[in-house]
Amino acid sequence: MKKAVFLMEPFSCPSCVKKIENALAGTNGVQQVKVLFHSDKVRVQFDDAVVTASELQELVEKLGYPVLSQKVV
Amino acid sequence: MNAKQTVQITAISAILLGIAIALHISGWHDARQLILIVSTLLAGTPIAIKAFKAIRMKSFSIELLVTIAVIGALFIGEYVESAAVTFLFLFGAMLEIRTMEKTRSSLKALTDLTPLEARVMRDGETLTIPVDNVKLGDRVIIRSGEKVPVDGQILSGSANLNEAAITGESVPASKTLEDQVFSGTIVDQGYIEVHAERVGDDTTFARIIELVEEAQETKSKTEKFLERFANIYTPSIVVLSILVYLFTRNIEMTLTFLVIACPGALVISAPVSIVAGIGNGARNGVLIKGGEVMEQLAKIDTVVFDKTGTLTRGRPEVTDIHVIGMEKEELLRLTAEAEMISEHHLGQTIVREAKKRTIHLANQPKDTEVIKGNGILATIDGKRLAIGNRKLMEAQAIPIHTEIESYAAKREKEGNTAIFVSISREIAGIISIADNIRPEAADAIAKLRKNGIKQLIMLTGDNRYTAKLVGEQLGLDAVYSELFPEDKVAAVQRLKEQGHRVAMAGDGINDAPAIATADIGLSMGEGGTDIAMETADIVLMADRLDQFSHAYALAKTTVRNMKQNTFFAVVTVMLLLLGVLLGKVFLASGMLVHEVSVLLVILNAIRLIRYTSDKPLKQNKREVITDESKVAL
Repeated sequence: MKKAVFLMEPFSCPSCVKKIENALAGTNGVQQVKVLFHSDKVRVQFDDAVVTASELQELVEKLGYPVLSQKVV
Repeated sequence: MNAKQTVQITAISAILLGIAIALHISGWHDARQLILIVSTLLAGTPIAIKAFKAIRMKSFSIELLVTIAVIGALFIGEYVESAAVTFLFLFGAMLEIRTMEKTRSSLKALTDLTPLEARVMRDGETLTIPVDNVKLGDRVIIRSGEKVPVDGQILSGSANLNEAAITGESVPASKTLEDQVFSGTIVDQGYIEVHAERVGDDTTFARIIELVEEAQETKSKTEKFLERFANIYTPSIVVLSILVYLFTRNIEMTLTFLVIACPGALVISAPVSIVAGIGNGARNGVLIKGGEVMEQLAKIDTVVFDKTGTLTRGRPEVTDIHVIGMEKEELLRLTAEAEMISEHHLGQTIVREAKKRTIHLANQPKDTEVIKGNGILATIDGKRLAIGNRKLMEAQAIPIHTEIESYAAKREKEGNTAIFVSISREIAGIISIADNIRPEAADAIAKLRKNGIKQLIMLTGDNRYTAKLVGEQLGLDAVYSELFPEDKVAAVQRLKEQGHRVAMAGDGINDAPAIATADIGLSMGEGGTDIAMETADIVLMADRLDQFSHAYALAKTTVRNMKQNTFFAVVTVMLLLLGVLLGKVFLASGMLVHEVSVLLVILNAIRLIRYTSDKPLKQNKREVITDESKVAL
């Protein structure tokens, strides 16, 4: 079990939050997603045997939200 | 699309609009129209893309309304309107993000204090490594001007530390051997080596940031209401605009109505105030856990305090040393040397005081005898000492003169415990010990009262006499003493049943049940114990009561700010819609006013960041704002 925190470009609409949350939550291996609208962060708990942090980052970026940095704990 | 591209597109469409104006003046009508269409399409595309994405998420968005309106404007040949609206919308959104950032700047200022590098000693070598690579048990070195990268105990050295990141207190704290230091604090002056006990995301500092981030996400009741409102509002505006069209058969007015009705300012009016308010708290050492807590806190009318550790410092201190025919330091040294063997907390207080004054305790006490509940006997340096209460002196047949007795009685009346020290069967002095009231308590209580708290009550497990004294000194409304934790819960419960809104402030551990029972629970952070930080709604990081009075004033101001914003947003939209229906407001000008109103709402919230409870905010903002919206029309 790992935790990744993505620092995003400033969010502009609360609807982006839902979008990212739904997309990540529907991904295999993802246990918990939290999008922090006010701090421009996405926190994900995931099983690193199933999916990698880079794959998750790719997914978020594909939705149209650039990731500034990534931190995995 | 990222932020940079948005800026570029906005800039290009601004240039195109400028060219269009030039062409208009020089009379090139066709070229002007072409440029306007290009500008509309350029600036309109990102808006349309966003609108489309939102539809796929099954949510109505302001972008959708704008897109419909722009397509409509292009359709009826209103190119000036379409170009102006798309530009204004993009430009407004950009400014919005920029100013929104400001409302979060308090938290940003905190996170910027996150240490990045650490200097550790491994195998006799000093290495500089990223802070994430520090391991538990590492020996970390911190020099003047550097940030402490871990939580831990000082192994050697001493320093003055600026602990503002944790406590909001900017006066440096002096720390030395065995003292606890925290990640995120800065060594002002000195050199320390620290044993890493908590690293990375486990440090107090990292947990504070995480708690504040989460607090800003938890929505207040007003926010939840506004979101539900927006969900009904947007579709009903679509229906209304169809009605407008059916009645007026005026497509331009219908489109204007549609765009102007967007609830932009309304939706952000509450969250921006809350985020700015929570940020202000965090910077001043108060963790307020969310918008709902903020709203509740503003409504509190009764505050219940625990005594020990909340109104008082929670640990006894030597308040006075009275000597008869010898030096104070000498008396303290002899007493402390004898008390080295004592396990009683008053004895330990004397030893601590001697160490604090850097008195060297060299002599071992001989022939010691502990007389339980009364004191101790010991021989130091060939002198026979008896240290304890009156009973001990009587039992040892040591005479107490009247003036000494009256001095002791006076000290006791003031809330101290008087400890008699006799050397070779003669009273040599009296050491007074008390659990002092926090120096800021009286001020904080006065401020709470001034800001609208009606009742201040103290609950304590301590004896009646001490409790009454503290209550009188602080001017509390009621004092209940000799209570058990469950009695405190019952007392809070009773107050709630009487219809009061109750905040309970305690030290977080033994008061936890009462804190949980109250409408708002506050705990002293004590440098960040887990229980204190997790159970309470509000945590005072520096254990200072003036942080509480600040938090209360801040909550009231934040809620007022939120109401101003909501009121202003509603009035603006209503006036604009009225203007549209009366044919006074058009698409571009309406959009301009709309964007300005959003910015004003954000700017109003930004005032909260600099809010200090010493100087109350002016309350006439509401009138000023409504006037401005009339002017803008």
